[in-house]
Amino acid sequence: MRRHLLSAADLSRDDATLVLDTAEEMRTLADRPIKKLPALRGRTVVNLFFEDSTRTRISFEAAAKRLSADVINFAAGGSSVSKGESLKDTALTLQAMGADAIVVRHHSSGAAHRLAAAEWTRGSIVNAGDGTHEHPTQALLDAFTMRRHLGDLAGRRVTIVGDVLHSRVARSNALLLTTLGAEVTLVGPPTLLPFGVAGWPVETSYDLDAAIVKSDAVMMLRVQRERMNAAFFPSAREYSRRYGLDARRMGLLPEHTLVLHPGPMNRGMEISADVADSARSVIVEQVSNGVAVRMAVLYLLLSGVTVPAGISIDASSEAGGAA
Amino acid sequence: MSQPRPTLVIRGGRPLGGLVTDISIENGVIAAVGADVAGEGVEVVDARGLIVLPGLVDLHTHLREPGREDAETVETGTWAAARGGFTAVHAMANTDPVADTAGVVEQVWRLGREAGYCDVAPVGAVTVGLGGERLAELGAMADSAARVRVFSDDGVCVSDAVLMRRALEYVKAFDGVVAQHAQEPRLTEGAQMNEGELSGVLGMQGWPAVAEEAIIARDAMLAAHVDSRLHVCHVSTAGSVEILRWAKSKGWDVTAEVTPHHLLLTDQAAATYDPVYKVNPPLRTAADVDAVRAGLADGTIDAVATDHAPHPVEDKECEWAAAAFGMLGLETALSVVQHTMVDTGLLDWAGVADRMSVRPARIGRLGEHGRPLRAGEPATLVLYDPSASRVVQAQDSVSLSRNTPYAGMTLPGRVVATFLRGCCTTAVETVPA
Repeated sequence: MRRHLLSAADLSRDDATLVLDTAEEMRTLADRPIKKLPALRGRTVVNLFFEDSTRTRISFEAAAKRLSADVINFAAGGSSVSKGESLKDTALTLQAMGADAIVVRHHSSGAAHRLAAAEWTRGSIVNAGDGTHEHPTQALLDAFTMRRHLGDLAGRRVTIVGDVLHSRVARSNALLLTTLGAEVTLVGPPTLLPFGVAGWPVETSYDLDAAIVKSDAVMMLRVQRERMNAAFFPSAREYSRRYGLDARRMGLLPEHTLVLHPGPMNRGMEISADVADSARSVIVEQVSNGVAVRMAVLYLLLSGVTVPAGISIDASSEAGGAA
Repeated sequence: MSQPRPTLVIRGGRPLGGLVTDISIENGVIAAVGADVAGEGVEVVDARGLIVLPGLVDLHTHLREPGREDAETVETGTWAAARGGFTAVHAMANTDPVADTAGVVEQVWRLGREAGYCDVAPVGAVTVGLGGERLAELGAMADSAARVRVFSDDGVCVSDAVLMRRALEYVKAFDGVVAQHAQEPRLTEGAQMNEGELSGVLGMQGWPAVAEEAIIARDAMLAAHVDSRLHVCHVSTAGSVEILRWAKSKGWDVTAEVTPHHLLLTDQAAATYDPVYKVNPPLRTAADVDAVRAGLADGTIDAVATDHAPHPVEDKECEWAAAAFGMLGLETALSVVQHTMVDTGLLDWAGVADRMSVRPARIGRLGEHGRPLRAGEPATLVLYDPSASRVVQAQDSVSLSRNTPYAGMTLPGRVVATFLRGCCTTAVETVPA
C-alpha cells in the first residue's frame, strides 16, 4: 500500500484485493462480543470533515476505534477562504497534534490530493470524498459487498445509474471495479454523464431497461433534487420514470442481481421503497461492510505492513497485543 | 558631414536576429545603425551574440494597484516588465477601485511615470465597476492624461450583446478598441478547468471551448456590423483561431492575443490539483496549443500578451476551487516564446518583434513603441541572449508574487538589458570605448 489513499486509481489489483481480503478478516470481528483490536493503539486518527457527512464520519470513527486508535473529530464548516482557517493552517494544526492519519472530506475536488502533495502533514491522508471527484473507500465497500455475494468480480457486470456527473461514488467505482476486472456500465440522462466519458474504460447507456437485464449488480446513485432547477432533467417525476429503480424494473433483473445504493436514499426518486427494502437490496449491509473496509484501509496504511500473514485477530493475539 | 556624438553604443548585436551591427544612442534616440558608429569617449555595451528587438509591448498586464498592493504594485510590476524586456504595458482595469474613471486611470499612469521602468498605458473599464450594466465614461478616460485607447472589463466578459455593440460603436470617436474577455457567463458558472476528458475524471467543473468561441464569433460580427475595432484577449482554443481566421478573411478589424502559458502548458497540469496552474481562460489541450501556435505563426493571432496576474501566496496555497485564477508572465514571456515559437521554427526573431512589439503597439495606439530599429527612432529596445538557459525559480522574480507556473522548468534565453528612450531600465554593464 502507498502512504495515502486518495483515489481508487491508486490501487493496483493486488492492492485492492489485499484491502478486500483484510476487510474480510476485519468483518469477522463484528460477530464477536468484544469488537476491538489493539492494532492501532496509541495512533491518532483525525476525521477532518469540511462537509457534513454523518454516516461516513461515523463509519470511519467506528473503524478507527475498533482498531484502538485515538479518534479526533474535526468539523470545519464552510469554505476555507471565506470562513476562517485555511486548509493549510488546519493541516499544520493537526500535524502539531500528532495526527497519524487524516481522514478528509471536502467540498472541493482534489482537496485530499492537495493535503497529501503539499506535505503540510506527515500523516497518511485518506480521501473520504472530495467534491465531485472521488470517494475510494465507498468504492471499496461496494466492491467488498458485491464480492461477498457474487464471488470474484472479474467479468461481472455492474450498472451504475444516475447522476454520474456529480458523483464521486461513481468515479471511484468505475476505476476500482474496472481494476478488479468487472464490466461497468454507466447509465443516466446525457446531461448527467460527464463530458468525455467516452474515453473512460466503461460502457455508457441512456436506456436503463436495456442495461439492467444483463447486470449482476445495479448501483443507484443519489440524485439531488436541486439538479432539477439547473435543467439537468425536466422534473423529478420524469427522472424517476426514466431512471428510477421501481418494482417493475426490479422484475426485469436476473434472479441473482444485487441492488446497491451508497445512501442517503431519495425514496421515490431514484429508488422506490419496495426495491430498497427488497431481499435483493444490500444497502444496509453496505453500511456495516463500510466499517470493516475502513478498518482494513486504516490498518494497512498505518501499520505499514505489506501483506500480513493472515491478520490474526483471535482473542489470544488481542490479549498479547494489549500486554 | 558631421558625425553625431553618440553617448552609448550597443556593439555587435543582431537587430531582429539579422546581421551583426552597432547601434548608437543619443538623447534617447537611435542616432545611427551600422558598422563603426562608435566615436570618442562613449560608453559601450557589448552585445556580441545578442539579439536586438524593439522594446516589447504587453497588451495585458495586471499591476494590481490600486487595491491589491500586497500582490503587486505599479512599481514592482513594471520592474518585472523591464526585466522581461517590456518597455510598455497595458494595465488592466480590474483594480480596486476599478479603473473606470479618468481619476483612476490617471493615477495608474502617473504611478508608472514615477516608477520609470516602462510606459504604463492604463486600460479603461468598459462598464462601471466591471458591472456589465452601464458604460463607464470612456470618453473622459480617452481625453485624460492617460490617453486611454484600450477598454476592457477583463476578468469579466461584456456578455450583454447590446452593451457590447454600443461600446464598439462609442470608442470609434477616439480610435479606441474594446478588448473582450470572451467567456459566455452561463456556460462557465463555477468553471475550474478546461472541459474535456480530464475535467470529467478529476471531477472539476468544466470551462467549455464553446463559451469562448461563441463570444468571439458574436463580437467579430458585431464589430463588422458597426465597423469598429475588436481585440480578443487571451485566445485559448483551436476553434477560436478558426473563427478569427475567418473574421480576418472578411477584412474585419479584429485582432487577438495569446498568452505565453497557452503557448506552452496544457490542461494535463490540472491533474496535480496545484492551483498555480489555475488560470482563466483555462489551460487547454495539446491540440489547442498547436492551434494557437500556428495561429500566432501565420498572424491570425496578432500578439503575445502575458496576462501577468500576480496573487499572494495564500490565494494559491489552498485547494483548487478556493484559489485565485492567474499566473505570472512578464519575466518569462520572451523565453517561453523563444521555446515554443522560435526554437520550433514557427517564428523568426523579426516575427517575434512583430508579435510582441510592433503589432501590440499598433493595437494599443502607442506611437512611440514598436518602431523600426533605425536612426531617428526612439531608442526603446531590448538585448536578448538566446543561447542562455536557466531553471526558473519563483523567488528570482521581482514581482511581489510567486505564482509562476514555470518554477523548476528550464527555459531558454535571457534578457540582458532593456532600454526605454535610451535609458537602461535593467542593470547593464558598460565599458568605456
